[in-house]
Amino acid sequence: MTLSALAFYLFSTVSVASAFMVIAARNPVYSVLFLILTFFNSAGLFVLMGAEFLALILVVVYVGAVAVLFLFVVMMLDIDFAELSEGFLQYLPIGATVGLILLLELLLIFGASSMLVDDTALPRATPEGMTNAEALGRVLYTEYVYFFQAAGAVLLVAMIGAIVLTLVKSENPRRQSITEQNARTKEDGVALVDVKPGQGLKS
Amino acid sequence: MMIGLTHYLTLAAILFTIGVFGIFLNRKNVIVILMSIELMLLAVNINLVAFSAFLGDLAGQVFALLVLTVAAGEAAIGLAILVVYFRNRGGIAVEDVSQMKG
Repeated sequence: MTLSALAFYLFSTVSVASAFMVIAARNPVYSVLFLILTFFNSAGLFVLMGAEFLALILVVVYVGAVAVLFLFVVMMLDIDFAELSEGFLQYLPIGATVGLILLLELLLIFGASSMLVDDTALPRATPEGMTNAEALGRVLYTEYVYFFQAAGAVLLVAMIGAIVLTLVKSENPRRQSITEQNARTKEDGVALVDVKPGQGLKS
Repeated sequence: MMIGLTHYLTLAAILFTIGVFGIFLNRKNVIVILMSIELMLLAVNINLVAFSAFLGDLAGQVFALLVLTVAAGEAAIGLAILVVYFRNRGGIAVEDVSQMKG
């Protein structure tokens, strides 16, 4: 058994186990942490397949942004999680049935060996003498530039949507009024008062 | 023993099934449902990258990048909706979501 096969089995076992813990954990904070573990192991699998750039993007985007966003929301909302997981076992039979049928169907497709792919070849999508990021950039900015722009538009719309949804209009916003500030004169702002010793200043 | 395309596809199938299973299992908890959707998108990404690697075509990795983008946007919007819903209702029970109908 070669080293890469060993690495594959390690990464895949840990990712499947932690993916199961994501859905089985009672506390959503643990779920998010197991989700992060799943993402890290999937990034390792991506490296095994020679997609280093996507592996790092997975760590940066998923672990650094999406999982942290989940963590923020889970901790920010004051939710009684014990109440939420009440009917946990109620849906177990139908969920297990649907999941098993789906898994069997998917595995039967692979078992049919109808795919005309050289299964024993080394995984390599990157051309010789080029890093994965360079090869990806060469097609991403030329052949798939419209898709790339569309992805940027999707992110922009998502950002604006999230801001519009969660923005709270303040009742009493203290905004800076520049005209008012500029219109102030020395007479408005400064008062010279002759304070007698031993007496305070009345209002 | 060589690790072939079938190994990766089987792993992605298992991960996808766990995602579907999670949606059924945690019917009441929207946060875990969103996490299950992330798991399913991750399985799709593994499929795309595996085919890209074993067919020697970079298009799969480009599309995996796009799936990643959509997943990030989906998580942001979904969690924003969740925060607004919590603010209005004081809870995130999925059964009452039908109240959002106009």
